[in-house]
Amino acid sequence: MDSAPWQARSVPRHRLATRLWHWLNALLLYVLFTSGLGIFNAHPRLYWGQYGANFDHPWLRLERFGSWITLPAHYNLAMSRHWHLTAAPILAFALLFYMVWSLFGHFGRDLAFRRGELAPRHVWQDIRDHARLRFPSGEAALRYNVLQKASYNGVLFILLPLVILTGLTMSPGMNAAWPWLAEMFGGRQSARSIHFIAAFALAGFFLVHILMVVLAGPVNEIGSMITGRYKVPEARP
Amino acid sequence: MILHRRALILGAAATLAGCDRLAKNATVRETLFSAENFHKWAQRSLMARDALAHEFRPDQISPFFRPNGTANPNTPEYKTLWRNGFADWRLKVGGLVDRPMSLSLAQLHGFRHREQITRHDCVEGWSAIGRWRGVPLKQVLDAARLRDGARYIVFHCADDMGGGKGYYESIDLTDAFHPQTILAFALNGEPLRVANGAPLRLRVERQLGYKQAKYLMAIEAVASLESVGGGKGGFWEDHAGYDWYAGI
Repeated sequence: MDSAPWQARSVPRHRLATRLWHWLNALLLYVLFTSGLGIFNAHPRLYWGQYGANFDHPWLRLERFGSWITLPAHYNLAMSRHWHLTAAPILAFALLFYMVWSLFGHFGRDLAFRRGELAPRHVWQDIRDHARLRFPSGEAALRYNVLQKASYNGVLFILLPLVILTGLTMSPGMNAAWPWLAEMFGGRQSARSIHFIAAFALAGFFLVHILMVVLAGPVNEIGSMITGRYKVPEARP
Repeated sequence: MILHRRALILGAAATLAGCDRLAKNATVRETLFSAENFHKWAQRSLMARDALAHEFRPDQISPFFRPNGTANPNTPEYKTLWRNGFADWRLKVGGLVDRPMSLSLAQLHGFRHREQITRHDCVEGWSAIGRWRGVPLKQVLDAARLRDGARYIVFHCADDMGGGKGYYESIDLTDAFHPQTILAFALNGEPLRVANGAPLRLRVERQLGYKQAKYLMAIEAVASLESVGGGKGGFWEDHAGYDWYAGI
C-alpha cells in the first residue's frame, strides 16, 4: 500500500518523548496483556460487586486462554504475576510523566479538538473518509483527524488510567492505603471486570492501530515513529 | 485475514517463547522477582502503619465463604484433636520470646476479642467476604513478651503439604501488630469449620489469601526467615515462587 507518490519533503512529526513512550508502551502492554491472561487463567470468571467466587454468579465465564497468548506459555501464576507486577509500575509512571509532558504543548497542539471538529457533520465526514480509506494528504496529513484524536485521547486519558487504577484496586494493600479506589469502581470484583474489559479495549485499539498503519503506509508511519521524521504525502488534486 | 491472523498467532507465540527463555536468565529472573520490594516499599509509604482494610456491612457478606487450599488436614494427629472438639489442641508460642506459652482454645477465648467483616482476596483473583472473630495477635505477642531481636512471626500449621511437612507462613512486625491481624476462631458467628481452618487461623487483612494460614499449631518469633522452610518465609513462596509480601 506504499503506492502513494512521495514528495521529497519530510517534516518533524513525533518528538523524542512521544517516540520513547510509544515503544516502551508497545513492549509493556504486550507483556502486561499476555501475563494478565495468564493470571486470569487462575480463575477465568468475572463478577460484579464486592465479592465473587465459585459459588457466586459470574457475568462472564471463559475457558482458559491458550498457551500461544499467555506469558509464561504454560500455566504458572507466580511467574505471570512477576511479569505483570514488574511491568505495571513502569507503565503507570511512564504514563504519568507523559501526561504531564503532554500538557506543555503536545496536548494543546496536536490532541485537543479544534472548534467545529466535533460537529456531527465533520465527524461523519471523517468516518466516511476512513471507510473509503481516503487518507489525508498534503498539509492535512500533518494533523491528527478527529477519529485519531478521539482514539488517542481515549487511550491516553481514559483507557490507560482506567486499567492502572482498576489494577491497583485489586491489591489488598492498596485497599487499605486508598480505600476510595474500590468505592469508585463498586468493589474489587467490579474493578477486576473493568480491568479485563479495559485490557481488551486496549487490545482492540492495538489491532485497529496496526491496521491503520498498514493501510496508511507502514514504512513511512513506522519510520516516523522511529526517526521522528515523516514524509508528507503529495496533496491530491 | 486468515493469513494475518496466523501471522499474529505465530508472532505472539514466538515472542512469548522468547520471554519465557528470558525469564530463565538469572538476572532477568532476579529483576522480575524484585518488583515485590518496590511494591512493598510503595504501599508501606502510601499507607499509615495501622491503616485498616475496608470493613463491610453484614448484608455484604458472601452467601458462602469459599474454602481453598487444604480442606481437611486429615492427619492422624489432627483427627485425634478434631474428634474431641479440639479440647486437647494447644497453640505453642515460642522462639524469641521471654515467656513461651502453650494456649488452649479456652485460654484464647479469655483474651479480648475483635470482630471484623473483611474481604478475603485469593491470589487467583476471586474474593469472599466473611465475619471473623478472634484474638488480636498483638495481645498474644505482648503476653509472650517479644524479645528485641525478633523481626518476623512464623506460623506453623497442621496440614501436611507432602513428605510430612506442614504449611507455614510468616509476616513482619508491622503486620503482626496491626489491629486487624487476629487469630480467628469463628467465621460468620460459628466456630471455624474444618474447611476454613479449625480450630484457629490467621487473618492478616492487608495481604492475599495464602498468607491467611489455617490450622495453626505454633507461632514462632524469629530474627530472620533464612532458617524457615526454604528460606523465603512461606510454603508457596518456597514451592511456587509467590511473593512473600502479598499486599499486591
